[in-house]
Amino acid sequence: MAKITLDNLAHSYLPNPKGEDDFALKELNHDWADGEAYALLGSSGCGKSTLLNIISGLLHPSQGRILFDGVDVTQASTADRNIAQVFQFPVVYDTMTVRDNLAFPLKNRGASPHYIADRVQQIAKMIGMEAELGNRARGLTADAKQKISLGRGMVREDVNALLFDEPLTVIDPHMKWELRTQLKSLHHEFGHTMIYVTHDQTEALTFADKVVVMYDGRVVQIGTPEELFDKPQHTFVGYFIGSPGMNVIPASVAGSDAVVHGAAVKLGQSFGPLDGKVEIGVRPEFVTLTDGEGVPVKVRRVEDVGRHKIIRADLFGNEINIVAGEGQSISPDMNRVTFDPKRVNVYVNDWLKEGEAAQ
Amino acid sequence: MNKTVNQKAWFLILPVLVLVAFSAVIPIMTVVNYSVQDTFGNNQFFWAGLEWFETMLHSERMWDALGRQLMFSAIILLIQVPLGVFVALNMPKSGFWSSFCLVMMSLPLLIPWNVVGTIWQIFGRVDIGLLGYTLDAMGIEYNYTQSPLAAWITIIVMDVWHWTSLVALLAFAGLKSIPDAYYQAAKIDQASRWAIFRYIELPKMMGVLMIAILLRFMDSFMIYTEPFVVTGGGPGNSTTLLSIDLVKMALGQFDLGPAAAFSLMYYLVILLISWVFYTVMTNMDKKEGK
Repeated sequence: MAKITLDNLAHSYLPNPKGEDDFALKELNHDWADGEAYALLGSSGCGKSTLLNIISGLLHPSQGRILFDGVDVTQASTADRNIAQVFQFPVVYDTMTVRDNLAFPLKNRGASPHYIADRVQQIAKMIGMEAELGNRARGLTADAKQKISLGRGMVREDVNALLFDEPLTVIDPHMKWELRTQLKSLHHEFGHTMIYVTHDQTEALTFADKVVVMYDGRVVQIGTPEELFDKPQHTFVGYFIGSPGMNVIPASVAGSDAVVHGAAVKLGQSFGPLDGKVEIGVRPEFVTLTDGEGVPVKVRRVEDVGRHKIIRADLFGNEINIVAGEGQSISPDMNRVTFDPKRVNVYVNDWLKEGEAAQ
Repeated sequence: MNKTVNQKAWFLILPVLVLVAFSAVIPIMTVVNYSVQDTFGNNQFFWAGLEWFETMLHSERMWDALGRQLMFSAIILLIQVPLGVFVALNMPKSGFWSSFCLVMMSLPLLIPWNVVGTIWQIFGRVDIGLLGYTLDAMGIEYNYTQSPLAAWITIIVMDVWHWTSLVALLAFAGLKSIPDAYYQAAKIDQASRWAIFRYIELPKMMGVLMIAILLRFMDSFMIYTEPFVVTGGGPGNSTTLLSIDLVKMALGQFDLGPAAAFSLMYYLVILLISWVFYTVMTNMDKKEGK
């Protein structure tokens, strides 16, 4: 177990990266605290797997350093780093039995046969495959194979970190839930540093103490699920987290007032003059559809998802989503929206702008 | 749904029947025809029954040729399969040099068989051949026209040169189909190079290797042109393989009856051994699957 430090880290798959666009992973400084569970969240191709492979040593970064507990391991091999990693698609050794598959990393490390037998039994119990231990791994279903991969990742107790690269993609939903719970309890029990890559926000938010959101090769925000929900640092975080995501609307801001296509919106903070692309972001949960004052919208449709209603509307050509309580009645003359001033964030060039408390 | 009955539809398979008849059935039946008859010339044939088969089964000459043939196939399989796999493992996996290696390795496969024979026939000559002359100059006794051992080494090295690429290309294709994740996982699991080969590469290559072994066995068992061009079956009978012997008998001595019986038995042996190979391999596959 170790604290993992990324120092000025960046990676490009090109031999001679010219500009920032050539980097799959843009410059990054971050400490992964010892024993914490992180989720690395982002859409496909945003550099999550690149970052993971750099940490595990499968990939050497184009620049910067990686330190484990202060020791530079940038050039160290995967074996020296002693890291476990589970991949998106199951990797099993076809010709071995399930038992040998689970024992493989321990055997390679030269553990004693007695310890191996015990440990394999424990892991088999954890992944629910005790009965299949003697079977050959070939011919098992994809999710059984992935359980073996997970088991192989967890079998070593002394690893510095456990990395998961979207490991539950191929697993059916029920088992997904169960395995995620297992991983969490494993984390509580052994306190490994865990990094869990996913593009599924529910998975990220339930698994991790801290969620790291990546966008276009950059870490845009690191925070607790709550922070990500309340104060998205970047419009992408707003879109990506929440269902539906945050509404981002072009606006002009002066003082504690925003103007959206001629309609005034009250803000909870006051701002000085802003340069660049100015937008306001507000979560659908804090938008109210009314027949009184507010910004005019055209309601397109209402979706009842059971717990609440989602209203899809059009605001001067921008799509806007509104979450309304199940009990709230919606009438045809409701064609204005108001925003909860405290919950309206202001973004300049996609990044959150903090103002001063409004008078 | 009502099925229409139209017996004329049988005519639709006529082209296939004609094709197969001319390409396989008629030629083989001609051979069968010869194998049960005897002739004293003048195009007069007499019924001989299974006599020729009996004669051939008791012919020492055929058993010797079969023995040499089995030894030849066994040796080249033992050399070419491991060597081909070794070459495939050490080839560049991608990029210019990978394509370059592939092209270079395919070259021997494109050379006509009798040209391969001629190349090695000249290459090995003591008087003008680069190989033969060099060996001779170094004081190593090498003369494939006089020493059976030298003759055997020459035809085996020639076959290895000609055909190892095929095994290597197939093995390479097998290797290329292994997803990167397997190697990454093996690195994470700290598998040794040997373990990677034994537990990842070999199992994934097994399918194509089976094909390679089967192809190489069949081809080597039927080989004629190259050794014939190099040694003509000599010195003595030392490199007279089955097909060389067969041609001698059929065309040299014009013993059509025995030669026909010989051919049929030859054919059955190939069929039998290929079937055994195939069965063993598919069984291995099934057992692994359990």
